[in-house]
Amino acid sequence: MGIASKIRRLFHGGVHPPEYKDLSENCGIEAMPMPERLFVPLHQHIGAPCDPCVSVGDKVLKGQVIGKPAGFVSSPVHAPTSGTIVDIKEHTVGHPSGLTMLCAIIDTDGADTWLDTLKGIDDPMNAEPSSLRDQIRNAGIVGLGGATFPTFIKLSPPKGKVAELLLINGVECEPYLTCDARLMEEQTERVIDGIHLTLHALQTKKCIIGIENNKPRAIEAMQKAVADEPNITVQALPVMYPQGGEKQLIEAVTKKQVPSGGLPVDVGVIVHNVATIAAISDAIRDGKPLINRLVTVSGLGINRPANVDALFGTPVQSLIDHCGGLKQETKRVVMGGPMMGVTLHYMEAPVTKGTSGLLAMTAKEAHEEQERPCIRCGSCLQACPVSLMPTEMAWFSRTEQFDMAKDYNLYDCIECGSCAYVCPSNIPLVHYFRFAKLSIGAAEREARQAEISKKRTKIKDARVVKEQEARAAKKAAMKAKMAAKRKASASATKKPAATDSTAAGDDKAAKAARAAKAAQAAKAARAKKAAASGDAGGDDDKAAKAARAAKAAKAARAAKAAKAARAAKAAKAATEQSE
Amino acid sequence: MIEAVLSISGIALVAGLGLGFAAKKFHVESDPLVSKLDELLPATNCGNCGYPGCMPYAEALANGEAAVNLCSPGGKATMEALAAMLGVEPQALDDEGPTIAWIDEDKCIGCTACIKACPVDAIVGANKQSHTVITVECTSCEKCIEPCPTDCILMVPKVATLYDWVWDKPQGPYTIQ
Amino acid sequence: MAQMSLNVISSPHVHGGDSIPKVMKTVIYALMPATALSVVMFGWPALLVILLTTLSCMVTEWVFMKIRNRASTLDDYSAALTGLLLALTLPPHTPWWVCVVGGVFAIAVGKQIYGGLGNNMFNPALIARVFLLISFPVELTTWPIPVDIFGPASYGLYDSFAIIFSGDYGSLSMDAITGATPLGQYRMETGLGKTVQDALYGLYNFDHAQVAGGLVGGSIGETSAALLGLGGIWMIRKKLITWHIPVSMILGCIVPAGLFWLANSTVYPDPIFHLVTGGLVLGAFFMATDMVTSPVTFKGQLIFGFLCGLLTWIIRTWGGYPEGVSFAVVIMNTAVPLIDQYTRPTIYGAVKKTEQ
Repeated sequence: MGIASKIRRLFHGGVHPPEYKDLSENCGIEAMPMPERLFVPLHQHIGAPCDPCVSVGDKVLKGQVIGKPAGFVSSPVHAPTSGTIVDIKEHTVGHPSGLTMLCAIIDTDGADTWLDTLKGIDDPMNAEPSSLRDQIRNAGIVGLGGATFPTFIKLSPPKGKVAELLLINGVECEPYLTCDARLMEEQTERVIDGIHLTLHALQTKKCIIGIENNKPRAIEAMQKAVADEPNITVQALPVMYPQGGEKQLIEAVTKKQVPSGGLPVDVGVIVHNVATIAAISDAIRDGKPLINRLVTVSGLGINRPANVDALFGTPVQSLIDHCGGLKQETKRVVMGGPMMGVTLHYMEAPVTKGTSGLLAMTAKEAHEEQERPCIRCGSCLQACPVSLMPTEMAWFSRTEQFDMAKDYNLYDCIECGSCAYVCPSNIPLVHYFRFAKLSIGAAEREARQAEISKKRTKIKDARVVKEQEARAAKKAAMKAKMAAKRKASASATKKPAATDSTAAGDDKAAKAARAAKAAQAAKAARAKKAAASGDAGGDDDKAAKAARAAKAAKAARAAKAAKAARAAKAAKAATEQSE
Repeated sequence: MIEAVLSISGIALVAGLGLGFAAKKFHVESDPLVSKLDELLPATNCGNCGYPGCMPYAEALANGEAAVNLCSPGGKATMEALAAMLGVEPQALDDEGPTIAWIDEDKCIGCTACIKACPVDAIVGANKQSHTVITVECTSCEKCIEPCPTDCILMVPKVATLYDWVWDKPQGPYTIQ
Repeated sequence: MAQMSLNVISSPHVHGGDSIPKVMKTVIYALMPATALSVVMFGWPALLVILLTTLSCMVTEWVFMKIRNRASTLDDYSAALTGLLLALTLPPHTPWWVCVVGGVFAIAVGKQIYGGLGNNMFNPALIARVFLLISFPVELTTWPIPVDIFGPASYGLYDSFAIIFSGDYGSLSMDAITGATPLGQYRMETGLGKTVQDALYGLYNFDHAQVAGGLVGGSIGETSAALLGLGGIWMIRKKLITWHIPVSMILGCIVPAGLFWLANSTVYPDPIFHLVTGGLVLGAFFMATDMVTSPVTFKGQLIFGFLCGLLTWIIRTWGGYPEGVSFAVVIMNTAVPLIDQYTRPTIYGAVKKTEQ
């Protein structure tokens, strides 16, 4: 690896932070003892959260579905081991906010009993590609590089688009992380098998495995494994962050750029992470759902760096304990890599499908500096792999001119952190962009909610009018009927009608109105003279009477309304259906 | 050279004397309470209170025309200071974060009064059955509070979830000394 | 340690280690060889001028941060750098009060009233120099002949204080110790109808190497184009600045100069003359590249640099002043936001989309 190849850039920008891979690159993959309790989040992917499909107290088996996908872009969640669901409640997760998410809490039974209905596909290379995709979907496989996008969607290119190239992402450009490298070294067969299966599922012939050349052993292992397969090649890439970004990798390998706002398949490429590929192999051969992953536990603050095979739901604290605990100097614990990972607030947060690493960072590594004003040095422009202008984006984010920030392609930002890494003013640029993106999102949500509220108000108003009309019509019909009846009876008995029925009705209405008025007056009076006790008792009596009358009237109205409400519900359902 | 210096000095002198005279002649005794209140305000003249600036708001406060809870930049501390200065009860700030209606289902008698009042049909329930609020639809208009005969509807703060969480804005470059 | 921190810290968690103090210090180091040579060439008075401007800049900065109730920003070295740059644009015998007024103006009007570092529109040192040049033309255009600090005719420390603080040259006559700069000579004499060759003969003799080495009158920082260039190249190597502005600015000046010289060499001096005299190199490497007041995009930097150079040459050839670097850069500073806006880089994937 010469200096030239280090400097040669295959995509615009990028940075090369200290790698710190030596901490864990020689640590073999190790299993960890079964934690007593797992906290399995029901939303471990991009897309709609899962609906829990087990109840508290249920016994679950390893591999059993506990969260059903809600919608197309979603992915099921499986029980990582056998045990009892002790609760399904909000629990902290590895999210920058430190807020909670619905988690299934499983007390493990230690038996680790598999669900016996799980089955792989026999002779998958001759099976229908769609059956492979379904198998992958049901196994809950998502992108394990960190983005956690449901894999089956990436395996079903939209109509008219053809995937000419399967690109396997073994770049692992984030410093510290070594789990993908270890996977390629130790479980080469799994990865290669996964590649064959994925090629079949995609009906694609060609495959390139991209690996940065700071992982010579992984490159060697993979090269050896594909030596007599001309359609699969290993490409060693110069070390440059964020080469593992999907779009950057495509540019580095194929020299093509994915259109802004487009998908990789628009340039005929599908990218999958090596760990995802290995999981695909498991799912198709054995029917094993995604319930565990490799996690690099590293950083100068951990006593024993390691590459651990951890079950989803394993609390971070258990993982830390397994790796000898934290050193005193630990300043920050990060889930993921140092460039894009999430600061953990609570060590109870569980390992999820997106957890590629767990870093205990000391003051020496973790950066914490006072922000200074931007001096427009332009370093961020040079470092940005998307060729954005972070200077302007940060300015418009800070001054909350979000439209301008969008105009400067805020949404093309991949939040890789290269700009903030090089900034001499220590401006938390990514933080500004996230603030802007989420603020825009919140505003849009609010606008949408307001729109919905407006619609609902309109529907309700229309319904109320309709109800009133219906009531009036009913009343009129009733009155007419009564009048007719009375007329008939009057004419039958030939007794003179003392009073007109309508007059009686008017009388009644007038009485009610009077009562209501009195009640109101009494209320006001009471409020005013609350302090002055011993008022005229007669007054109070009157007021009470009036109030009772008013109440009775109210109750009567309510009863009627309830009846109307039922009718209204049906009407509403009808209107909603028609929409 | 000397003429230039003299003429400029002369102009400065005349203008200075004029300003000094005007200040004395047209001096307006300001209400000491107003200036004291003004000092409590952030002096940003943001206009969030509905008055053109901090001083007009202070005047309105002194005249008893304005509530003490209108200064949103000042926040709770300013509101309390104003209330203390004016000897009035502290009032809730407008920006206590989003709230939604919540029905105490033990007290609810199922009268459906709130259902009728709700403009967006965000309350469900049947006659003589306990009602409940569909939280995502509630617009916090508070129209359901008044009709309730048992006062069992409360406005409670919306629970923050990570789905509607927003990154805070970074502090910015300068630190106050 | 169940709970680490409630501060929401965004990624990235690591940092490259660059900082504003580092940047500013690197620029100061890059200026050191040329500054040292100037002090040797012009003696103690030049050093006094440098100290005076630097100190007045730093004091002004400190006072402003106190007034604004902010933490002191002296530790970022930007005020010190401004002071040094300002000194390099001044004649070696600038009176003390001109230095102080310049230093205060550079920081107060050039920088702080815009909101401090990063918000100023003009290069603070240059705007102060332009202000001084317009306000005190005599003091700003009195060019002493270089007197080697180690030589027999050098000014003693006491004499130097007298020169700077009271304008007292003792027994020396002003005419004996001052002279024209090559650019001044060229403009004055060709203005009288002489050819370039006649105008510059005697003072300059077309010895480009001598001038580039610094053996000629001029402001403190104009002495050695060679050392300034070396410092600039070192900054490019340190990745502090890129080549775009210096190269395009120098080209912007010497390309038109070369064309006109080829057309008529009796009226227009050769391009190397333009390169080695005056403040072109200082301006190209240290003034126009001021990060705050130059474009951030490469394309923009090329446009900005070229126009700076072109304006410099135009002012030198036809303008009211013999030297035009400061005016050119200050004028171009105003165009920076516009240039940035129109030279936005093409983002990843944008071209493909329009093609489709």
